[in-house]
Amino acid sequence: MSRIQSVFATLKQQSKTALIPYITAGDPHPKFTVSLMHTLVENGADMIELGVPFSDPMADGPVIQRASERALLHKVGLTAVLEMVKTFRETDQNTPIILMGYANPIEAIGAVAFADRAKAADVDGVITVDYPPEECGEFVKELRARDIDPVFLLSPTTEPKRVELIVNQASGFVYYVSLKGVTGAANLDIVEVAARVASIRQQTNLPVGVGFGIRDAATAKATAAIADAVVIGSRMVLAIEASNEGNLLSNVATLMAELKTAVDAA
Amino acid sequence: MQLYDMPDARGHFGQYGGTFVAETLVEALEELRLMYEKYQHDPVFLAEYAYDLKHFVGRPSPIYHAKRLSDKVGGAQIYLKREDLNHTGAHKINNTIGQALLAKRMGKPRVIAETGAGQHGVATATIAARLGLECVVYMGSEDVKRQAPNVFRMKLLGATVVPVESGSKTLKDALNEAMRDWVTNVHNTFYIIGTVAGPHPYPMMVRDFQAVIGIEAKEQMIEMVGRQPDAVVACVGGGSNAMGIFYPYIDVPNVRLIGVEAAGLGMETGKHAAPLTANSPVGVLHGNRTYLMQDNDGNIIETHSISAGLDYPGVGPEHAWLKDIKRAEYVAVTDDEAMAAFHNLCRTEGIIPALESSHALAYAEKLAKTMSKDKIVLVNLSGRGDKDINTVAKLANITL
Repeated sequence: MSRIQSVFATLKQQSKTALIPYITAGDPHPKFTVSLMHTLVENGADMIELGVPFSDPMADGPVIQRASERALLHKVGLTAVLEMVKTFRETDQNTPIILMGYANPIEAIGAVAFADRAKAADVDGVITVDYPPEECGEFVKELRARDIDPVFLLSPTTEPKRVELIVNQASGFVYYVSLKGVTGAANLDIVEVAARVASIRQQTNLPVGVGFGIRDAATAKATAAIADAVVIGSRMVLAIEASNEGNLLSNVATLMAELKTAVDAA
Repeated sequence: MQLYDMPDARGHFGQYGGTFVAETLVEALEELRLMYEKYQHDPVFLAEYAYDLKHFVGRPSPIYHAKRLSDKVGGAQIYLKREDLNHTGAHKINNTIGQALLAKRMGKPRVIAETGAGQHGVATATIAARLGLECVVYMGSEDVKRQAPNVFRMKLLGATVVPVESGSKTLKDALNEAMRDWVTNVHNTFYIIGTVAGPHPYPMMVRDFQAVIGIEAKEQMIEMVGRQPDAVVACVGGGSNAMGIFYPYIDVPNVRLIGVEAAGLGMETGKHAAPLTANSPVGVLHGNRTYLMQDNDGNIIETHSISAGLDYPGVGPEHAWLKDIKRAEYVAVTDDEAMAAFHNLCRTEGIIPALESSHALAYAEKLAKTMSKDKIVLVNLSGRGDKDINTVAKLANITL
């Protein structure tokens, strides 16, 4: 059982929903990333989505675009991100780490070499925004051969037939994008999301995470009631952006704890 | 000889092309692919397209024998396919009309586009006005500053121009922002991509709409000189004008196809926009796999060219394929060489070429010199240079 699968299994026994914060590696500065990851875990993160900075983040809204730009100012690329995961693992062997990013940094390394290096760094899952299942068969094979979970996105426009195709390639969990648009775009419509999640559940036993558009404790709580995992991206990055070196970790801890309470209360 | 039949059903040209997009766009692209399949052979649709090309654009564009230029160069005869004479001043309109007619068929009241120099934006705004569609054009804020006249033209035509402040604030960032808009408004919006890049079916569809250039040229050359040219030369940024003239010639033996990229300040300086000539690594950007200018981490690097229309880090996937199978050759000319060719055409032929097309002219001159006088080089003169006079004046320290 992969680390991601066992976390979901444990939470299920406790009737709890996973809370998955997203941060962009290297934002606001590479020296903070590993401490930020530990802070997230200390305050209730069940897993961490770690964004790989990219020069052309087409699926991201302005908040995460700015995070990518801040990280790239310090030349944080995929190789540096894998090093951060390694460092994190020195003191945390339990929290699943899911890399989230775009295809080209992986292409630059090559699918096989990337899978080897991700395994060596003890990465648990990979979300590649612009690798739809039709284009990444080989890549998925390489990941699964190393027990790394390829996590796929499902969108409001994904037809049931396609959901079938995607869940057959995915492992770990599937990630339902709760709105049409880029990350952090708008508030989600919880009734609609609930209906979609219910329909996805009819097609797969994989846990269903929900993200994009969850911006406060209330929406996190409402989402937690219908999903197996709640992903908080832009809201978390905004907290990082609004902080200075002195209060960065405490601001993130406060937001995280608040979200954890909300999700656990669902 | 086996006839050329690229791309495959999923938009692959060998290892290039494909559909590398976020999940939200997959269904929209599938819908577009099906609609294009349906209409690309529909006689009513094609008749409407042909009508607009003739009466609105002014096609066919003539082929012109640049005699004085040929004499001056002293080698092969140089012929020009005059896309600069099209309505809006470049080849871009051939494609925007095709896509806008498709948007209408699909019941999408809103069209969006990305633009670098502004030519594709103007061509999109033009057809949107003609068909009564809402039009939003994304343009890097740096380009908005550099291309003020085209921004004003788009506004005159009723379009909204949105300056893009992210990334390098140029064409690639405009494309990113247009994609973001499309993801958000996919239910009522048609994205008119301006070049043979993007996810499938765009590279194929844009090529098909631009192929009118080569189809006409093949007939016109027979009428004019009784044979096909020895070489066809076109500039390549994303590569739409080059694909348009190359495509009908791919199966014609003994016609060299030569794409000319922007060498900027010189290939050796790294400040260029020539991923094919530089043999850049293969990667994924804007929905397709192709040669891509990037750093070791796979981040896209800034390109340089005097011509905004060639200032793009990738290239259409079909060009990548044609390079690999050696059906087309790719070379690059510098800013300075393109400028010299620009002035040369102005003075010897009375034609002010676009800076993009000046790259093709510069290489055609080099090539013609090495060939005998009975040989023929056909250049796709993809656009007129009126839009570039500010850039050219600035280089000469002249304030207009």
